Amino acid sequence: MVAMSKIATGNGHGENSPYFDGWKAYETNPFHPADRPDGVIQMGLAENQLCFNFIEKWLMEHPEASLCTAEGVNKFKETALFQDYHGMPKFRQAVAKFMGKVRGDRVKFDPDRIVMSGGATGAHEMVAFCLADPGEAFLVPTPYYPGFDRDLRWRTGVELVPVVCESNNNFKITRNALEAAYEKAQEANLRVKGLLITNPSNPLGTILDRETLKSIVSFINEKNIHLIGDEIYAATVFMEPEFVSISEIIEEVECNRDLIHIVYSLSKDMGFPGFRVGIVYSYNDAVVSCARKMSSFGLVSSQTQHLIASMLSDDDFVDNFIVESKEQLFKRHKYFTWSLSQVGICSLKSNAGLFIWMDLRKLLKEKTFEAEVDLWRVIINEVKLNVSPGSSFHCHEPGWFRVCFTNMDDNTMEIALSRIRTFMLKNNEAMVPRDKLCRRSSLKLSLSRRMDDFMSPGIMSPHSPLPQSPLVRART
Amino acid sequence: MLSSKVSCNSHGQDSSYFLGWQVYEKNPFDEVENPTGIIQMGLAENQLSIDLVESWLRKNPDAMWLKKDGESVFRELALFQDYHGLPAFKNELVEYMEKIRGNKVKFDPNNLVLAAGATSANEILIFCLADPGEAILLPTPYYPGFDRDLKWRTGVEIVPVQCSSSNGFRITMFALEDAYQRAQKLNLKVKGVLISNPSNPLGTTMTKVELKQLITFAISKNVHVISDEVFSGTVFDSPGFISIIEAAMDRNLENKDIWSRIHIVYSLSKDLGLPGFRVGMIYSNNETVVSAATKMSSFGLVSSQTQYLLSDMLANKKFTSKYMKENQKRLKKRKEMLVSGLKKSGIECLKGNSGLFCWVDMRHLLSLNTFQAETELWKKILCEVGLNISPGASCHCTEPGWFRVCFANMSLGTLQVAMQRIKDFVERSSCGGIGKMSYQQNMSSLSRKLLSNWIRNLSSSDRDEQER
Repeated sequence: MVAMSKIATGNGHGENSPYFDGWKAYETNPFHPADRPDGVIQMGLAENQLCFNFIEKWLMEHPEASLCTAEGVNKFKETALFQDYHGMPKFRQAVAKFMGKVRGDRVKFDPDRIVMSGGATGAHEMVAFCLADPGEAFLVPTPYYPGFDRDLRWRTGVELVPVVCESNNNFKITRNALEAAYEKAQEANLRVKGLLITNPSNPLGTILDRETLKSIVSFINEKNIHLIGDEIYAATVFMEPEFVSISEIIEEVECNRDLIHIVYSLSKDMGFPGFRVGIVYSYNDAVVSCARKMSSFGLVSSQTQHLIASMLSDDDFVDNFIVESKEQLFKRHKYFTWSLSQVGICSLKSNAGLFIWMDLRKLLKEKTFEAEVDLWRVIINEVKLNVSPGSSFHCHEPGWFRVCFTNMDDNTMEIALSRIRTFMLKNNEAMVPRDKLCRRSSLKLSLSRRMDDFMSPGIMSPHSPLPQSPLVRART
Repeated sequence: MLSSKVSCNSHGQDSSYFLGWQVYEKNPFDEVENPTGIIQMGLAENQLSIDLVESWLRKNPDAMWLKKDGESVFRELALFQDYHGLPAFKNELVEYMEKIRGNKVKFDPNNLVLAAGATSANEILIFCLADPGEAILLPTPYYPGFDRDLKWRTGVEIVPVQCSSSNGFRITMFALEDAYQRAQKLNLKVKGVLISNPSNPLGTTMTKVELKQLITFAISKNVHVISDEVFSGTVFDSPGFISIIEAAMDRNLENKDIWSRIHIVYSLSKDLGLPGFRVGMIYSNNETVVSAATKMSSFGLVSSQTQYLLSDMLANKKFTSKYMKENQKRLKKRKEMLVSGLKKSGIECLKGNSGLFCWVDMRHLLSLNTFQAETELWKKILCEVGLNISPGASCHCTEPGWFRVCFANMSLGTLQVAMQRIKDFVERSSCGGIGKMSYQQNMSSLSRKLLSNWIRNLSSSDRDEQER
């Protein structure tokens, strides 16, 4: 039998790992309030489900946004035929305007620099294809979204070199860390072509401060490497400090704009992962031109462009949505983190994202990744929550977990919290309060500390899988 | 500073195929607003039957996000990003594909992988089947986009299988073997053959014999066969369409190795005329291919909104039957118009039974039997006559003088204008050789004055070159 390609038969897709135990556990027994009340609750999927009512109301009031209504069908023919990879002008204008509003209108985006892609997944791969040749490398601060291993490397042949960030300074990206990573790449004979930052961060839920951003921009300018800013969580910043985009920083500091590129999407900010709206925004004309040609491999359905153009052109809707979304996220985040703190669980102080970065280091039997996996297996199998272990995000310290909380309704969240409560109470053991440790790692003080101790054999934790809709059972 | 992909030409956009579009875009024809503009005949779009789809939509408005019981599915769809695709949609797609093949083949929806258009589907397949530096054989003439789709980001090479007008551009065993040998000489490992059936740009379907030979070749060389069948629903005349899968079944190959090396690419862009919706797919009986391709489809999934709308539409069997029949009828009629119109201008087309275009023989209009002359003629037709047609060279045709002319992407009125323009052009053309046209036709289509000038200026060596 003739072989297939190395890409197809290798593991670059990142899914072929024991980590899938968690997902399998979820998929074989997914929680459902009526049918499966004891099922596993999915907390490993960063989805934003908090504003659908708000959006649905707008849809009902604007039937012309759909091609399938009496009001919209007259646009059907021209839309169905529209396959121009430049994208619909009104779509690009609406997206550019939205991106600006999300940044408080402190910057303006040029619709002609907006290039479509198949979700942020497609966008990242496209940018990698444009900026780097096989064997070259990007620097990526840890912890980072596991999908990057696939998106940036799999078919492109590009390497990723981690920029190690640590909990002792809240995972800040320091100049030292950047330099160290760059040197490491040099030593490995890898030509570094760029630095990819995710801001707001997945999985941390934090934003980069101005100083850090300026330092990053100066670093990439010095090294003459590209800066890719994944800003897909930009509108999920629900409280101070205010989000600062790369697009703002380059107005404030000297910078070679040909090095600056932004990846965006509507999957997180609006909660539309199914619509596959990915955007590459580059300040480099050659990249825009090349990316546009490559976008042929993942154009946004014109039906969806039409819908999004209608929706995001409605200034009132957008302004209200941004406010509403922040409010819902803030409320959910506050309640969730407070509830956790009540049972002694700390998390990294955060003001963005659809998840928290939970600190369970004190629950580890020992400071190892094996222990982290052990703990994780307990959380999945006994507590019946699918959370994501830090090692799958390439975190350098064991004990951290990403926990998503906006992909469920209030009831499900209560159930998840009660399971956590029950578990913590059941396994309570008197332990020396390690307040100092907790305070250093999280700025949120909990009212009580009851530590648990877990022990069970485990398997090395590997990659994180692709996010998949909980509404359909995915086959492995 | 950027990758080599940015600076290389493998995106294929410097080809005349795309350059013609650019010129068109600067001066596009409009019956009312710009009647002297350039008519787009380089875009294989099917606009002939879209009114049928529109009318279905008008009659079925709840294909929006409302289920039959009035409950909204918006949230569910907005969140649905499972790369396995919406099950209902895939079920309908395989049924539709079966219908196109006269229900002679049964497809399993689990073997169907969705992608963002055939553009994405073809690229994904190549990523799955070949490593950078390996090769795919591709019969000429072929769709210019293949240079980008198959080679650009994959790093895979294309080795042309040269077909000639002497036998109607049919794929022969000899041509396949020859291409294979050439690949060997270039140290290129051949991983597969890609055919488009029905053919773009020829507008013909592959014969039983061709398919048989192709399969035999693939068996003997142990290579994959990718059959791009995106035009399968545009077959409007006999002989009918035979899918590669059908040809393999005829030889009882279901349990043989070759069965897992046959892959089909399909799309709704041509048959249903919905290129904007980016609905492409791969069908394969090879589990590994399906598995890998499914993961790769993450880079270009089909919008859930679109999956939902179309699964509803395709579920209406009355509609799909009516559409298929009517669409084929309209395509046939339109093609016949173009063929007969061109004939009146002394221009012949390759006899074809499918597709959205004619493969037009303008060799007799070339000043010389060279690609340079073809380019000159093309420029004239584009800029002076105002028709964007695609020169054979952009399709990697080995013989100059052939052009692909699309007919399904315009109104009847526009086509008539186009044909009149061609007629006028041929009449005033002073560089036409004798070629295929008879002397009498020459006399009628060229003015006496032009003809005598031509005879006077012609040297005997020139005449030899021009006679075919």
